[in-house]
Amino acid sequence: MTETVELLTGGEAVAHAMRQVDPDVVPIYPITPQTPIIQGFAKFVADGKAHGELVDVESEHSAMSAAIGSALAGARTMTATSSQGLALMAEVVYIAAAMRAPIVMAVGNRALSGPINIHCDHSDSMLIRDSGVVQLFVENAQEAYDMTVLAPRLAERRDVLLPVLVCQDGFTITHSAEPVELLSDEAVREFVGAYEVPHPLLDLAHPTTQGPFAMPDYYFELRRAQVAALEAALPAFEDVACELVGVTGRPLSSVEGYRLEDARTAVVALGSTAGTLKEGVDALRDDGLSVGLLRIVAFRPFPREAVRQALAGAETVVVLDRADSPGGSPPLFAELAAALFGNAVELRGHVYGLGGRDFHPDDLRELVLGDAPAYLGLRSEPCPA
Amino acid sequence: MAALRPWQQLEPAGAVVRQESERVRTGGWRTGVKPQADLSRCVDCLLCWLYCPDSAIVLEDTTFAGFDLEVCKGCEICAEMCPVGAIEMVADD
Repeated sequence: MTETVELLTGGEAVAHAMRQVDPDVVPIYPITPQTPIIQGFAKFVADGKAHGELVDVESEHSAMSAAIGSALAGARTMTATSSQGLALMAEVVYIAAAMRAPIVMAVGNRALSGPINIHCDHSDSMLIRDSGVVQLFVENAQEAYDMTVLAPRLAERRDVLLPVLVCQDGFTITHSAEPVELLSDEAVREFVGAYEVPHPLLDLAHPTTQGPFAMPDYYFELRRAQVAALEAALPAFEDVACELVGVTGRPLSSVEGYRLEDARTAVVALGSTAGTLKEGVDALRDDGLSVGLLRIVAFRPFPREAVRQALAGAETVVVLDRADSPGGSPPLFAELAAALFGNAVELRGHVYGLGGRDFHPDDLRELVLGDAPAYLGLRSEPCPA
Repeated sequence: MAALRPWQQLEPAGAVVRQESERVRTGGWRTGVKPQADLSRCVDCLLCWLYCPDSAIVLEDTTFAGFDLEVCKGCEICAEMCPVGAIEMVADD
């Protein structure tokens, strides 16, 4: 397949994917570190290289509201946000999932206020983890591009019909340039195909009522149907990913194991940190330590069975969360604890990298040797013994 | 009343598709008055059709053809909107 290689940030790579998908409607409100995505896409529209209707709305709450309307009307719809924008949008994200609106949204992951901060952690995405949307975490700009090409196909599947969020780490991915292989415009167009929803609101010959009030006699059933759609999104993701891999030749799946087959200690993480961890794993392997990495790509739906299989041989599993759940269990740790329940495995959890605190390859040694504190990389007075 | 359906049989997001819905006879709620048209005055502007909150105005193509009293609630909006005074509210027996 014809490909070109360009030096692009994750944000620019997503803007290119959006140009090639060429959505009909993009309601959008800018926020750091998402801004380069929409800035790049807006330039493509201004230059006549994309044809969608760019709607400058007054807030993220309005952006998602407009996105629901256009997606259900029968228009392919994309948007993007970060942090406080996602928090403001949260109410409507739940409604987008419940109304089964196949919207694709790029998220530049950024810490939630307060204190106010612009750098990466996953607290924004975790805020809406139970909204019913698909959440895919990418490792680098290339994968941000590939996943944005994949996302409309997954969102629009008849057995799914849900918003798909492509989550990339703010600044670490959104603002860092790397060589990115772009498919040809024709290849993307062919892969994505035409937009179709079962009952487009603008199909005036077949009028429908959408988003009806549901009393106790139907609310529970409708919520269950929504859960089934998110469950169906897991095999659907693997199907669509398999098809895209056939076009790009680059691997893509709901989990990625790295030197995991014989690893006695497995580290589990989301996003760009996995790239750093791969370096760390190589270094520790050189020192004779039996270490591997499991990267979770699909956080919602959570690929529990694939995780169980991938970690079946591990004696110790170290889970890294870039978001906390004050007074409870951090989100990724909670998923791993549920997935591995009943296994004879030592499970350790660490919170790291909040508000953009760096994670270094050397941190892995401390994690594997069991000397790392629960809050990795935190300045702290010595703990009482 | 239709039987309550299991979750597997619902349209995505509970969309109500026209052919599935029952005709609800809200005309039984009428307030004691019903609209009556004087066709000699009607200019087929269709403002009554546009403003009727209950889709109770019956058209033949683009021509006013009367009221659907099975759904008309007697709200009087059509009579209020009619620019030529062709609709009058009369006692509903």
